[in-house]
Amino acid sequence: MSALRILVPVKRVIDYAVKPRVNKAQTAVETTGVKHSMNPFDELSIEESVRIREKKSAPGGVEDIVAFSAGPTKAQDILRTAMAMGADRSIHVEVKEGDDLEPLGVAKLLAKVVEAEKSNLVVLGKQSIDDDAGQTGQMLAGLLGWSQATQASKVSFLEGDKVEVTREVDGGVETLRAKLPMIITTDLRLNEPRYASLPNIMKAKKKKLEKKTLADYGIDGTRRLKTTKVIEPPPRQGGGKVEDVDGMISKLKELGAI
Amino acid sequence: MAMRSRFALAVRRARISTGTTSSRAALRPLTQARWKSTASTEDAEGVAKGTTGTSKTVKFTSETYPEIKRDPKFAQISEDHVRFFKELLGKDSAVIDGVTKDATDDIEPFNGDWMRKYRGHTKLVLKPGSTEEVSKVLKYCNDNMLAVVPQGGNSGLVGGSVPVFDEIVINMSRMNQIRSFDDVSGTLVADAGCILETTDNFLAEKGYIFPLDLGAKGSCHIGGNVATNAGGLRLLRYGSLHGSVLGIEAVLPDGTIVDDLSKLRKNNTGYDLKQLFIGAEGTIGIITAISVHCPQRSKAINVAFFGLESFEKVQEAFKEAKGQLSEILSAFELMDRPSQGLVKKVTNNKQPLESEHPFYCLIETSGSNSEHDNEKLETFLEYVMENEIVSDGVVAQDETQVRSLWGWREGIPECLGHWGGVYKYDVSIPLSELYDLVNETREKIEAAGLKGDNDSFPVVDVVGYGHMGDSNLHLNVAVRRYDKAVEKVLEPFVYEWIAKRSGSISAEHGLGLAKKNYIGYSRSDNMIGLMKQIKNLYDPVSLNHSSRSPPR
Repeated sequence: MSALRILVPVKRVIDYAVKPRVNKAQTAVETTGVKHSMNPFDELSIEESVRIREKKSAPGGVEDIVAFSAGPTKAQDILRTAMAMGADRSIHVEVKEGDDLEPLGVAKLLAKVVEAEKSNLVVLGKQSIDDDAGQTGQMLAGLLGWSQATQASKVSFLEGDKVEVTREVDGGVETLRAKLPMIITTDLRLNEPRYASLPNIMKAKKKKLEKKTLADYGIDGTRRLKTTKVIEPPPRQGGGKVEDVDGMISKLKELGAI
Repeated sequence: MAMRSRFALAVRRARISTGTTSSRAALRPLTQARWKSTASTEDAEGVAKGTTGTSKTVKFTSETYPEIKRDPKFAQISEDHVRFFKELLGKDSAVIDGVTKDATDDIEPFNGDWMRKYRGHTKLVLKPGSTEEVSKVLKYCNDNMLAVVPQGGNSGLVGGSVPVFDEIVINMSRMNQIRSFDDVSGTLVADAGCILETTDNFLAEKGYIFPLDLGAKGSCHIGGNVATNAGGLRLLRYGSLHGSVLGIEAVLPDGTIVDDLSKLRKNNTGYDLKQLFIGAEGTIGIITAISVHCPQRSKAINVAFFGLESFEKVQEAFKEAKGQLSEILSAFELMDRPSQGLVKKVTNNKQPLESEHPFYCLIETSGSNSEHDNEKLETFLEYVMENEIVSDGVVAQDETQVRSLWGWREGIPECLGHWGGVYKYDVSIPLSELYDLVNETREKIEAAGLKGDNDSFPVVDVVGYGHMGDSNLHLNVAVRRYDKAVEKVLEPFVYEWIAKRSGSISAEHGLGLAKKNYIGYSRSDNMIGLMKQIKNLYDPVSLNHSSRSPPR
């Protein structure tokens, strides 16, 4: 059985708990001065990779866990977090804020990274909570010609490079079996990510963080889609208050409900 | 924390003379008859109301404390009185009338506290909608000798916001409008009945923050917060309400409107009378509106959670935190291992640290520039790790983790009530001796054979936690049932221990009904005498308020 060389792509997004706002020009969501964190699904991917190593669940062992991010300089913060959680090293491709890659661009970039790092397992979040596209993992599998198991809620390893992935589907669970190399995308039920502990945060500072550019991988990041306008969803119509029961009855009549 | 609740407007009630005894003059504690005291349960700090109590019915306060007697000078409420109030307040919803008809179900929530420890007999709840209405209601009550209890969000911990007998509850929930906000100075003027969380959300939209935060924020009223001088989680950073409240509008028992809704930070013209109402628990009047100076809301919040091996190390960590984090340090909270063990048992959540430690601390920083804050925090964290001040620790990486780390602190009060009840002491003690009280109390309880793992022992555990930054400790004894044997071990031991060290027997919860009789442990006869003079000046009839709260 081959040793695992795991690639975990992570994305820096607006914190899950922050309410996003549209910018004044209505061209995008306001990002300056807003708290950013690692995409929650990507935390699950890191956690799962580290658990595979700690629990020795893969018969061939885990040789390498590399975290990868393409984004602004600050994306390095979340790579440090990924390393504090247990990734061995990381790679950062600088992409200026505003020039974000589209899912297909990310998938093409990742395909090159897989090649360069000789990865045989890519664990990605099933989607990033900013674009909610949910396409990168699938596109990457297509580009590489690998097996894919999406929305994993459980991952286990069998003999002969086989991997068994359980996923929650409508009305039950589905179990898939595939052979390495493969793509797995993670769903919320998979695990509970750990906190970054102080000793590990300090160790993470000494781990290797490679800085690269799109050109290093021969990728052209030009967008193929154009965003014409970003607007907030229409506000919910507020309810009205009535003074008493009679008021409610007459209101209901007015609305034709009774 | 804790305080959350406090609020209830304190003004309280009335009638009730202290029964037993003690004439008014004798409120001194040492002699006084003590009621159960303490058992106040809960501090509300934490979390959801209403979950702590078990389902048994709550005994009437008048039965639990038969020594409290209704003062016969107060009149019984008649139908005429109710008619007057209905005409005055107009709307049906402003008067809950249990006098002329049966309204038990509607009135019950106003009669009891959320800890299910106190329960009164009121038959009338009034919800005035304006300061003028409050004034007319109080004047009428004063003229007709009707006792009243002001009530805010009713999340207090010392039984200050609920009636004992048939006092009329004056509930402030309809006075819930924000009157004005100045975007430049950060001065907010709002009605007393505004809910803290709603008010804070309003301020958040403008980039400001209410200078007080506590676990009961979803139900407590800002008027009650001021009336009880709530302390809470951010006192370390924003200071006491005595500093941030700029003005107050209140109504005295005779109906006089105290019109001091100043928006000025500086105003040295005569006595600063508003200070008397802050923390008076409603004993000299009902606060109807406040003006508060609100600080800028910090954009960058970081939270770290540590495990430490001794209380000496906790003190060292606190000293370093103050030195290295200085202006961005916004909370430094202490939790001992038993308290975390109980939270774990109740919630079954995964603990932040893998191994166990005798003490845990939660540190929060808030500032305007996250990079700058991170840099400071990292230097601090490296220092405390390298110098072995802390044994282990984690740092929240996102907002969700920030909340779940806070949950280990804010969730304590709720979890402690899980087994049935909690004896709560909220005390200020010099920092160096802060935790000794918990150790000594635990030893005494253990020596008395009261603590154990099964139902034959009343005590589940003795825990300590609190606002390290303010030298404020919550000593809590989680019990399966309230038991006289436990009380005997705890009192007067705890109060005497505190008095010996010149501490305070109520750091932030107030006196209310629970601790009113123990004021002498923290204040001299002279001071109590002066307080009585003020009480008698503003509330000669002792209408609002009663015997429970400070001096009468």
